Amino acid sequence: MDTESTYSGYSYYSGRSRGSHKHGERSRDRHKSRSKDSRSEKSVTINAPPAEPLLGEQSARGEEVQDDNWGETTTAVTGTSEHSLSQEDIVRITKDMEASVGLDCRRYAGLVVSAALGLLVLLTPVAFLALPHALWRPQDCHTACQGLLISLAFKLLVLLLAVWALFLRPLRARMPRIFVFRALLMVLVLLVVVSYWLFYGVRILQSQDENYQGIVQYAVSLVDALLFIHYLAIVLLELRHLQVIYSVRVTRSTDGETHHYSMGQLSIQRAAVVILENYYRDFPVHNPALLTVAKSRATKHMVGLKVYNVDGPPNNTTPSQSRAMIAAAARRRDSSHNELYYEEADHERRVRKRRARLVVAVEEAFTHIKRMQEEEQKKTPGEVMDPREAAQAIFPSMARALQKYLRTTRQQHCHTMESIQQHLAFCITNNMTPKAFLESYLTPGPTLQYGRERWLARHWTLVSEDAVTSGLKDGSVFLLKCIDFSLVVTATKIPFIKLSEEFIDPKSHKFVLRLQSETSV
Amino acid sequence: MSYIPGQPVTAVVQRIEIYKLRQGDNLILGFSIGGGIDQDPGQNPFSEDKTDKGIYVTRVTKGGPADVAGLVVGDKIMQVNGWDMTMVTHDQARKRLTKKNEDVVRLLVTRKSLEEAVRNSMMQ
Repeated sequence: MDTESTYSGYSYYSGRSRGSHKHGERSRDRHKSRSKDSRSEKSVTINAPPAEPLLGEQSARGEEVQDDNWGETTTAVTGTSEHSLSQEDIVRITKDMEASVGLDCRRYAGLVVSAALGLLVLLTPVAFLALPHALWRPQDCHTACQGLLISLAFKLLVLLLAVWALFLRPLRARMPRIFVFRALLMVLVLLVVVSYWLFYGVRILQSQDENYQGIVQYAVSLVDALLFIHYLAIVLLELRHLQVIYSVRVTRSTDGETHHYSMGQLSIQRAAVVILENYYRDFPVHNPALLTVAKSRATKHMVGLKVYNVDGPPNNTTPSQSRAMIAAAARRRDSSHNELYYEEADHERRVRKRRARLVVAVEEAFTHIKRMQEEEQKKTPGEVMDPREAAQAIFPSMARALQKYLRTTRQQHCHTMESIQQHLAFCITNNMTPKAFLESYLTPGPTLQYGRERWLARHWTLVSEDAVTSGLKDGSVFLLKCIDFSLVVTATKIPFIKLSEEFIDPKSHKFVLRLQSETSV
Repeated sequence: MSYIPGQPVTAVVQRIEIYKLRQGDNLILGFSIGGGIDQDPGQNPFSEDKTDKGIYVTRVTKGGPADVAGLVVGDKIMQVNGWDMTMVTHDQARKRLTKKNEDVVRLLVTRKSLEEAVRNSMMQ
């Protein structure tokens, strides 16, 4: 908004055109602008961050060497400094590095490392058992030793199944930082395996121990240790966050749609993943057409006012002037609330009328087709239609009413004719009533219900002041930004519940009839 | 004590004058009342007609001012100092009886034995 006083036009446009930001100059710029901000405390800058294109990082790399004076020549706060983070620099650096190497590499690196570790883990006990036989001839295996071999085999099988169940699941999200618990566990496993190998190498291989039972016992103890680490993995990765500690409030920035979720102790990035999974299920689809009305109303407010500076040089808009404008706009007696009221009442009536027409049309259309039974199918093979053709047959009678309704509720871009016919065929196949068919058009459904191109929410950016691998705390706030809107997330701790007990003897429930009340005078 | 709706209520009444006894800060009469148009008439043990919502005397303390004046348990109070008691709420009845500036209450009470006594005397 060009009426804001602390913007300087040059910095705004330069920020936009560059896309991403330079690190060193940016931090310097931020320090300078921070000190400036503290001096001019009265100004309120509410700037929307410039929408950064996804490929901005890659294009910015080429321009990094060009304008080195960019930090010196700007004098004012650019868009994102209101949300500026101390870590943003680091994030940009890593993002740039990733962008040059390729974003997939990180995922593949993780996969390769865990696959290598898994193979190592599974083959180590087998190696422990096989190497003595290969290098020297140990004693024969008798009963106890054979029992240990059987138990080793089964424990290894259980470990294999457990690892498959817990770790070999498809990844559900890609997070900005490493998953701390998983990394810790991998390090722990590596440590255990390496220490066992060391011990094995020194004590058994070098001394060529003859006692095979001891070697088998050693291998069994390794598998036991690994099973316990797997137990630790279950507890850390799956069980710990099941106990509910926080209640998280998620608000969509564009239309205020709010939902609350309960969450356990999670790091901020894991919490973000959980919230996004719930977002696709709970939040109605983001409809930008519904937001333009409010914006047009808002622009009408400030348009009529102009501020003239009577004394002092021209073009000197001080902060006090913008406040004067705001105060004057508030005091002005405009009838926009009146317009809003009548417009909304009108719209409501129109929607209801269209809806009534639509319901009647659909009900009538559904009466035209009837499901045919098996025996009848053989009798009259002439006009038999499959669901798709039946849908196409009855669609024209309701198409106009449906389209008018969708236009009135500004949903027409969410549904194509093809999708409507598909849905109609689906409803006919499953014996749904007209009301069931209409349900997906009368109320805006969750985002997952629509096709992928309507989601408008695919690539999410986590904006947070605390480190994203740190845990959720009471009062922590972070943003999940996507191109068109953002989700504001606030976490509140659920209070400590104090329960006390009161015992009531079941025999103490006695009742007596109330006679007429008697008063002594 | 039965009444025909729409017709004036007729009853044989006895005039009882009770002098209030001062006990500390209170003036007591020495009996308890029950009934009223806001109470349940079916639970009245003293009334003949179980739809009668009048004020009845339920207890009389022995030796108290009411006992001395001749009030008997089961009497229906028709008037107190001229005020009607046949169509009042329980609380209104209590207030009429316990006015602080009155030392004497003059009640008109009725009971079944009164009617019989009158009939007996008329037959003779």
